[in-house]
Amino acid sequence: MLADLPKAHKLVWPHEDDPKERLLLDPIPQDEMNSRMLKPMLKASPGYWLTVAILATVVAVCLFGYWFYMVRWGMGIAGIRRPVGWGMFIATFVFWIGISHSGTFVSAILRVFNVEYRRPITRASELMTTFSLACAGLFPFIHLGRAWTVYFMIPMPNQRQLWTNFQSPLAWDLIAITTYLIGSTLYVYLPMIPDLAMTRDRMTGWRRTIYKFLSLGWRGLEYEWHYLHVAIKIFAFAIIPVMFSVHTIVSWDFAMSTQVGWHSSIFGPYFVTGAIFSGVSAVISVLLVVRKTMGLGYFLRQEHFDALAKLVLVFSLAWTYFFFNDYLVEWYGGEWVGHQLLTLQARGPVAPLWYAMLFFNIAVPVLTLWNKRVRRSPIALFLITIGINIGMYLERYIIIPGFLQRNRLPFDWGAYNPQPVELSIAIGTLAFFSLLYLLASKVVPLIPVWEVLEGQLSHTRRRIGKTVVTSVAELE
Amino acid sequence: MAEQKQGHRWTMVIDLDRCTGCQACVVACHAENNVPTVGPETVSMGRAQHWIRIERYWEGEYPDVRARFIPILCQQCGHAPCEPVCPVFASYHSDAENLNIQVYNRCIGTRYCANNCPYVARAYNWFDPYFPEPLNEQLNPDVTVRYRGVMEKCTFCIQRIKRGQDQAAAEARSLHDGDVTPACGQSCPAEAIVFGDLNDPHSRVAELAKSRRRFKLLEDLGTDPAVIYLKGGASHAG
Repeated sequence: MLADLPKAHKLVWPHEDDPKERLLLDPIPQDEMNSRMLKPMLKASPGYWLTVAILATVVAVCLFGYWFYMVRWGMGIAGIRRPVGWGMFIATFVFWIGISHSGTFVSAILRVFNVEYRRPITRASELMTTFSLACAGLFPFIHLGRAWTVYFMIPMPNQRQLWTNFQSPLAWDLIAITTYLIGSTLYVYLPMIPDLAMTRDRMTGWRRTIYKFLSLGWRGLEYEWHYLHVAIKIFAFAIIPVMFSVHTIVSWDFAMSTQVGWHSSIFGPYFVTGAIFSGVSAVISVLLVVRKTMGLGYFLRQEHFDALAKLVLVFSLAWTYFFFNDYLVEWYGGEWVGHQLLTLQARGPVAPLWYAMLFFNIAVPVLTLWNKRVRRSPIALFLITIGINIGMYLERYIIIPGFLQRNRLPFDWGAYNPQPVELSIAIGTLAFFSLLYLLASKVVPLIPVWEVLEGQLSHTRRRIGKTVVTSVAELE
Repeated sequence: MAEQKQGHRWTMVIDLDRCTGCQACVVACHAENNVPTVGPETVSMGRAQHWIRIERYWEGEYPDVRARFIPILCQQCGHAPCEPVCPVFASYHSDAENLNIQVYNRCIGTRYCANNCPYVARAYNWFDPYFPEPLNEQLNPDVTVRYRGVMEKCTFCIQRIKRGQDQAAAEARSLHDGDVTPACGQSCPAEAIVFGDLNDPHSRVAELAKSRRRFKLLEDLGTDPAVIYLKGGASHAG
């Protein structure tokens, strides 16, 4: 319809975004839309299998192999020491918990606020939540000195009626992460049911049997749609406070302690903001790869990345605000140990990491993402978002093994050097995440086709006078 | 908890004027409590395994330099930061003894307690312990040997406290001051370390605790330590 307009008309308001692209208002037949999603699922190139094989090997050797070696010989093969009791394991744990905020934020919060451009990107980001939680969930086991006694942490009394200690932030952690994992898994599964049913209807043989089971006998009746919408709405609202609680509780693992630099009331919102910052960036990186490798250009357009990049910019500024606040208070307070920490960051062994963090988290996004050309360039965006996640990893690294190097008794200060096992397990979980995602991309439709269709049907383009507006019909 | 007068309030007084930094307490503690010696390489990695250590600080500028020593061990805090953070109650407060107990069999090795200890008093078993000949012949049967992945720390020689109590009970008398001495106090040639019950008004620690030189380490954190230091150096008066 817009094509009918005179060319000059467009030039009058060049700044105005046309929502046509974001809302996919160029419908194609439903069958074609379905097959555009299903085709990349059914076809697996040799490159795909090679990647899967490499990743599986990395997971088996670097993650599980090295981990069991460490269980056998002791935590001593890691670089942690006195007084740095927590090192890269916990930093990587917090990193993955941060990534897990991607899905919930992009999907649930944008859904609750009826942000229409979310439609094609919800599923892919929700899956990131589930898989990154699967990675994060390994670390409480990995970092235990006696991993075989991990069941002591289950909130259940033993034969002597001894419970877990509900005063401990680690006990809160376990409950929060389990809740989030179960909640987010259900939340990714619910909106998937109609798509699984769609897949079922187009499959034959053993695949059909599996999807028949997975789609829970979905037939697309009116009451089914009604209940599905109600259930999604409940979950979308319910998962948001869970998301906030999870990273707040993770931040309390540090904030509740007596360690200087950790004991800060700003850690909750600071960590949540950082988590969403890294999560949304990770969504962009992953979606760019998905679009490129699976040929989903119809569903994932420049405009979606543009909108997500704006979110990243906003969260970069928000993170900067919290960082500045935390830093300034520590500096102005003038406590001696606090100043030692700041010196450690500015001039000590942590300094290169600290400046790299500021570069990746503040300088790069703030100086580039205001520019629409950058926001719409896949390569630039990919590099920037990967950089942000490097920066956010460095942030966790600086806060955890970095801060622990200084305490109130200077005799006990010490440096932390990560050892091969810590690097290997961190890389192993990155491979684990990628492997899960790769496998899922062949099982689960990564684009919620029905949601895209719903969005297309609920929008119409109308000409009023000389302008064209998009009108929305609420689906009720 | 420190306010209660019932029961014992085991207390250690360390006179820094008497401490020569000879490390006899460190050796005695290793022998008494089956603390493994880890060797110089491990120590240089920051994994010295001691329940008590002598911290040495230099005072002044060369050539007018003076070494100051302060022995640091678990302060057996009344409000210990290590206790609430343990998810499995491996680190908990014994109300009967007024001590911080570490239950090795319950410990799962999160190391949260060590991170949260402002005195850095906790030692972690990074590997299985190794006792080279002939140290393996002198393990104390009263004390467990801890295996890899377990946090440990000074117990105030709780096995000696128990033995003293049992002895007193067998002789049908109450515990006298001086009945119980931990290994560090017993071995201190300068008698810088005095151990006893603060709730007993006539005990030596109760007398020493009245000193004007007394201070507790990082007392502003509100941890209520059971170790009282007597300030050393020339500045004190009394």
